[in-house]
Order: sequence, then structure tokens, then C-alpha cells
Amino acid sequence: MKQVEILVVGGGPAGLCAAINAAQAGAKVLVLERNEDLGGQLIKQTHMFFGSEKQHASVRGIDIASILFNKIYELGNIEIYKNATVLAIYDDGIVSAEINGRYMKIKPERIIVSTGASEKTLAFPNNDLPGIYGAGAVQTLMNVHGVKPGDNVLMVGAGNIGLIVSYQLMQAGVNVKAILDAAPEIGGYLVHASKVRRMGVPIYTGYTVKEAYGKDYLEKATIVKLNDKWEPIEGTEKDFDVDVLCISVGLSPLGELLWQAGCEMRYVGQLGGFVPVRTENLETTVEGIFVAGDVCGVEEATSAMVEGYLAGLTAADSLGYEIKDFEERKQDYLEQLQSLRSGHVGDKIRAGLDQVTIKSEAAVV
Amino acid sequence: MRIDKHPILEFKKGKKVKFTFDGKVYEGYEGETIAAALHAAGVKVLTHSHEKKRPRGFYCAIGNCGQCVMEVNGVSNVRTCIERLKEGMVIKTQKGKGSIL
Repeated sequence: MKQVEILVVGGGPAGLCAAINAAQAGAKVLVLERNEDLGGQLIKQTHMFFGSEKQHASVRGIDIASILFNKIYELGNIEIYKNATVLAIYDDGIVSAEINGRYMKIKPERIIVSTGASEKTLAFPNNDLPGIYGAGAVQTLMNVHGVKPGDNVLMVGAGNIGLIVSYQLMQAGVNVKAILDAAPEIGGYLVHASKVRRMGVPIYTGYTVKEAYGKDYLEKATIVKLNDKWEPIEGTEKDFDVDVLCISVGLSPLGELLWQAGCEMRYVGQLGGFVPVRTENLETTVEGIFVAGDVCGVEEATSAMVEGYLAGLTAADSLGYEIKDFEERKQDYLEQLQSLRSGHVGDKIRAGLDQVTIKSEAAVV
Repeated sequence: MRIDKHPILEFKKGKKVKFTFDGKVYEGYEGETIAAALHAAGVKVLTHSHEKKRPRGFYCAIGNCGQCVMEVNGVSNVRTCIERLKEGMVIKTQKGKGSIL
């Protein structure tokens, strides 16, 4: 059995930042990543990030990934296993994993779960046809492997992901016929929406997919306008000859391990689904299990990274490591998160977090 | 359907390798996923649903949804959206739920 001080499950933006801060504090860290690549979604993000300088604003996601990889290799005390899927967290704290086809048991003193989220789908007739892909899948195919998902795309969802992926599709030389969203307004930042509109892509708000058509794979899709009760309005159908429907209707947290470990979970629609109840330090209701990133509420990669740094810091602190300026650093991360979640765009996130964050006694006083 | 020119990205491809899909020889690049190699070759249907035999392609491409499972080198239920391509792989459309080794 392998003994480690801090086990990080998931090597995406949150997990890598958690590992960096925990290791900097002196802890021995093991990161298990189920994929062959580290970096999670960062390695497919060709756009520049928002936020402030501390969160690498104006740097492309792919370059942020390299910055994090370099930090990890500089620190000596982070061990990384790729192709490593965590199978279970047992009552006695033992974690089992399948690593490159081999079974392994690990005894960590603290666990930081940063497993991320997976794409939601949308219900409409024939939504299982090949050619109907999640937005993340389209990004993986074109930005990681350099393969076009198709020739003509209809994008479902005008949130930031839908808008950004539409732009990336055009960069890859793919025709985006239109973007639609069931909501009456564009959900993503207007700067992204304006960019795709300037390139001639219409954005239909208040529309949904009525049906997809095709024999072996997608050939056509019909959309329809919704009234204010979200019911389809007859006669408003529009047809599109497309071979790709890109579904960008949100993500749901991958919290299976947290459920299994007995963490208290609550359904919070604003955060994407079931998420763990946690303290300000990002510790769940099971002592020693911390969370960071989309698994504890779907947001942007920037806040996932800040949460990662915070969880790495607080987990190392809970092990008794002397961390210089601990309180100041913790406050700094909390303030960064607050600023990322401020304003109108953060309304939903803040309302969601209020339902699952246990306020510390110090904060109440 | 490969991207030849991209304003930001440069694709570092592995060496060109041959593999078979349902007996036919295809070419792809070592290290890319099987699903990516097949998609680039125009193959979108990776499997069929168990009951109604509806065609299925990948959906999530992160190994989560299980819509892309195929038989690879005799092993059933391989998630081809994350399994990397190697020289000489024998890839087949899986019949039914596949067998346990």
C-alpha cells in the first residue's frame, strides 16, 4: 500500500493548483489523473482568459497549462500517475485505483477531489445520432487532435462555451451556420457574442432544437421558437443542413467519489447539479476530504484554479505544516474568488454557493 | 477532414501508422485517439445501441459517456475516445455487449 500525505484526484486546473500549493507547503503529494494528459480542459482552450493578472488573464488556456506543468516539475515532491482512475474511497480512508491496468491501494492523510464535470445533453428526437457532440468533445477533436468535427455546425447554447467554441470552429475552417439558445438572452459575455456575430453567424435566442434527422449520422436539424412559457410556437421552424450539432448546454459535476465517501451532497441547480456541502476552507462534511473546481460547482477554469490553490493550502495547513502568511494567503484566495463571482454574471453562482457553504464561526463573528 | 492550417495551434503529430477497422486498412497518427483517427477518416458510427441497434458516435470524448466503445485487439468495451492509436491495432465494431476476457 502506498502512503501519501495529500492525494489529489484529477489533474485538471483545480487539481494541479491544489498540488502546487500543498507541495510548496512541504506536503508529499500524489496526483492521479485518469487521462493520458494532464491539464484537463486547459489543453484545449485556445482563447485568452479573463480575470486578473493573478489568474493569468490574457493568457491562452493552453499556455496556462504549460505554466502549471513547469511549476510542478520544479517542485520535487509531487508525484503524478496518469492513466490512473480512482475506483473507490473506503470507510477506513483507503483509496483504490486502477493505474495503467494495475490495481493499487493508497493510504492518504488528506484527499482533494478535483474530478471536474461532464457534459449535459439535451432531449429531442434523434439526439443520439453520430454528429451530435458535446462542445468539449468538439474542442478535443479539433484543438487537441487537429481533426474537424464536420463541415457545417449548428451550435446549441449561447453561453461562454458555446460562443467560444463557435469562434474556435471558424478558426479551424469549419462553417458555423447559427447559434441558438432557449433562453431569451445570450448567456455568455457580449464580447464573445459580438465577435462571432461580426463573422456573420446569427444568434437565435428563444429557440430550441425540435428534431434531428439522418440515417447513419446527422444530416439536418430543425429548430423552433419558444413562447414565454417555453412552449414551441408552430410555424416558426427553421431547417439547417448540418453534419454537426454541438451541444453546449452546461456541465454536471462528477461527484461520484464524494457520494461514495459519504459527503453530504445537495442539489443546487445554479452550480450544475449535486454538489458537496463544504466549509470556506473547501473541506467537505467528511473530515480530511477537500474539494476544488467544477466538482463542487460548475464555474470557469479561473475560479477552479483559485479554489485549487485554496484547497491545497488549507489541506496542507490541516496536516500541521507551518505555512508562512497562511491567513493572508487564504484571505487573498477568498477575495479573488469573490471578485471573480462579482457582478451580474456571478449572481447565479453566489446564490448557489450560499446553499452549500458552511460559514465558519470566525466569519459569523 | 484534418485541419491543415490553424491561426494559433500547431499540431504535433506522432508517426503515421496503419490500423484496421472491420478488416479494412486505415492510416492515422500514433498517439491520437482511435476515435479521432476514425473521424478523420470519415468514420462516425462507432457502435450501435444494444436494443434498437441505433448508430452511435462519441459524445463527451473524455471517457465518461460510454458511447464510443469498440473491440480493440480482441478486448471489448474499449473507450475509443481516450484510447490512443498504435501501429497495427485491430479495431472492430463490437457486437452487443462484448465479452469479458
